[in-house]
Amino acid sequence: MLEKAIKGSKTYWIWVLALLAVIAVGFAFYIRQLGFGLGITGMSRDVSWGFYIAQFTFLVGVAAGGVMVAIPYYLHDYKAFGKITVLAEFLAVASVLMCMLFIIVDLGQPMRLMNVIFHPTPHSMLFWDMIVLNGYLFLNIIIGWNVLDAERNSVPPPAWVKPLIYISIPWAISIHTVTAYLYCGLPGRSFWLTAILAPRFLGSAFAAGPAFLILLCMVVRRFTKFDVGRPQIQTLAKIVCYAAIANLFFFLCEVFVAIYSQIPEHLEHLKYLFFGLHGHGILVPFMWLSIVLVVAGILLLLIPSARENDSVLAVACVLLFIGIWIDKGLGMISGGFIPNPLNEITEYAPTFPETMITIGVYAAGLLVLTVLYKIVTGVKEELTGV
Amino acid sequence: MEKSRRDFLKIAGITILGAGAGSLISGVSISSANESAHKAGSEFFKNPKALTAKRWGMVVDTRKLTDEICEKMQNACHRSHNVPDFIKKFGKKEKNHEIKWIWETGFENAFPGREIEFPRENLEDLPVVVMCNHCENPPCVRACPTQATFKREDGIVMMDYHRCIGCRFCMAACPFGSRSFNFRDPRVAIFDQNPDFPTRTKGVVEKCNFCAERLAVGKLPLCVEASEGALVFGDLDDPKSDIRKILADNYTIRRKSELGTNPSVFYII
Amino acid sequence: MNDKGMIIAGLVIFVAIFTFPFWYNHLKAAEAPEPILSQKAKAAKTCVEGKAYMRTEHMQLLNQWRNNVVRKGLREYKARDGKTYVASLSNTCLKCHDNKAEFCDKCHNYASVTPYCWDCHTYPKEKK
Repeated sequence: MLEKAIKGSKTYWIWVLALLAVIAVGFAFYIRQLGFGLGITGMSRDVSWGFYIAQFTFLVGVAAGGVMVAIPYYLHDYKAFGKITVLAEFLAVASVLMCMLFIIVDLGQPMRLMNVIFHPTPHSMLFWDMIVLNGYLFLNIIIGWNVLDAERNSVPPPAWVKPLIYISIPWAISIHTVTAYLYCGLPGRSFWLTAILAPRFLGSAFAAGPAFLILLCMVVRRFTKFDVGRPQIQTLAKIVCYAAIANLFFFLCEVFVAIYSQIPEHLEHLKYLFFGLHGHGILVPFMWLSIVLVVAGILLLLIPSARENDSVLAVACVLLFIGIWIDKGLGMISGGFIPNPLNEITEYAPTFPETMITIGVYAAGLLVLTVLYKIVTGVKEELTGV
Repeated sequence: MEKSRRDFLKIAGITILGAGAGSLISGVSISSANESAHKAGSEFFKNPKALTAKRWGMVVDTRKLTDEICEKMQNACHRSHNVPDFIKKFGKKEKNHEIKWIWETGFENAFPGREIEFPRENLEDLPVVVMCNHCENPPCVRACPTQATFKREDGIVMMDYHRCIGCRFCMAACPFGSRSFNFRDPRVAIFDQNPDFPTRTKGVVEKCNFCAERLAVGKLPLCVEASEGALVFGDLDDPKSDIRKILADNYTIRRKSELGTNPSVFYII
Repeated sequence: MNDKGMIIAGLVIFVAIFTFPFWYNHLKAAEAPEPILSQKAKAAKTCVEGKAYMRTEHMQLLNQWRNNVVRKGLREYKARDGKTYVASLSNTCLKCHDNKAEFCDKCHNYASVTPYCWDCHTYPKEKK
């Protein structure tokens, strides 16, 4: 089926070449980082995780979001989603690949990354993260590819795919839970030390993932002859809406706990993010923007006339995606590290090389996504005889 | 003959995997055979002069500390262990990449959450020296995915710089901010390098090691020697040790003891 | 058969690249490396273990030392001949083999090996 990806229109090839160029630039900056060290980023002794890990955290959510398509179709026989399970699975593949790239890019000694396998450490959450991420990647590639291949040949998928699919559903939950467990088990970081972190992660995942999937379906409809169908998109939109509401509710719960208990340890991190602390507050406008975007996105998705208008729906998905990205990809990491365990403040902002490497990794993910989606749409178009 | 190319690729793939696995297994068995052949004639043991303990610990008597003593302690430690000084080399803009194993801070920074509303006189100016607490229940060791940081039998939380992949999970896990990361090559900012101790390289995390290399030859940690009596070092598990006597005679506090990490560094305020 | 030209061109390029090491070196093999023992090493007569063993297995020995020193805190090593040494690259090995360029680098450069030990472990006559 790979041959579907090497025949395309001029637009397709321009897009692919542009992505390759961005990847090359990002890679060049990464070589510089390998030579100089992670000092070219904005990370510091106090904020020792930054943009790269934030993107990894966010993208694990996007990858897990694909399960919101798998559960209705495979567990509850919601036939309408039959067309888009493959799209969701391939989105998960691209997202997980980006997650792994971001981790590799963040390592101080990436040539030693096999040490995690040579010296397995079951009491470390990063060990399990490696296992669940790799497992999820293989599951989704194998499932997506075989289901698509079977569809192309108009036969049902082979029997052994079914158990893999059933495994992939709790596995999707597990990847984001394990990622949350990286943070919420650390005794010294009171911003993350909350039981609701894993539910919050899952809520934002199930909003951001399907929101992006909706946007991708619209792009696919615009550039190819494959249309997933209006009812499917509307159902997805409703899923996004409820997940986003749940995420917002969880956030408000955290705010209540901090504000009502008045315990400084809990309050300080939120104060830093939303009001600034001791004169430091570069994230304040971003956090409020995130709230506005998420609330606006939810409202647009709640109002039927807005949700059923495709352009408004696209806007709502973009608003939600960006709003959740700011919350998870910017606020959560900095908020956890600031103030530091000695109540000192060192702010964090990504540097130019760091941003270019990040964009390079995103481009790599988009390239994988493009190639995989080209294959899917190629097969679908072949089936409908267009 | 339709499937022949696919079959060919499948067989080729399996052959390569098989050959790879075969060479891996034979390689591993050869090296382990070599190791056991060599081990037959050699052993490892401690220097007889080494100081040993079941649980090393330290008491910091802040009543005896002054700014000068703290500076002396930091210089002794950092100089001997080749800890770089980026601020001295490149200026304040390198504060982000600072590496420190032991340093002086204020009371409210060493013990956040323990602020006293009407403090004893001069409490705000009290010099408090902080370093890795070598916790008995260390969250950093729990977090490390490669056991590059691990707890030794004598209680010291050690770093294996050869194994560290630089993921900085331990830095996130440490509730005390004791760990530093080499964001860049440290050798450019080491003044007066000590040739008897290695440096580190970029991309690994480092921290105080309770001078394990000195304990191994019967010497006390450098900060203890430079402290003019303010720091007492000994075996917390030995009821007859000096450190236990001091702990029995004085009220001591530990940093963030409510977190259950069981630090081995005690403070007399 | 339209592709005959391309195939032959491809084959020629392939053969050229494949035989590059031979014709680039003018069909001469590089000479075997001759590490030069320093005075201290000559005076010591034997190394920690035998010469043949050290030649092939010094890296394995160093890894053993590393694991025992760092991870188990056992810093003294009893060699096969019964002598004890402090298990330290910089403070034992390099006390005798104190010229890295003439000894260590000779073979490492020939074999194109760049051990990163030197990133951390000091050796004599460093710039600082």
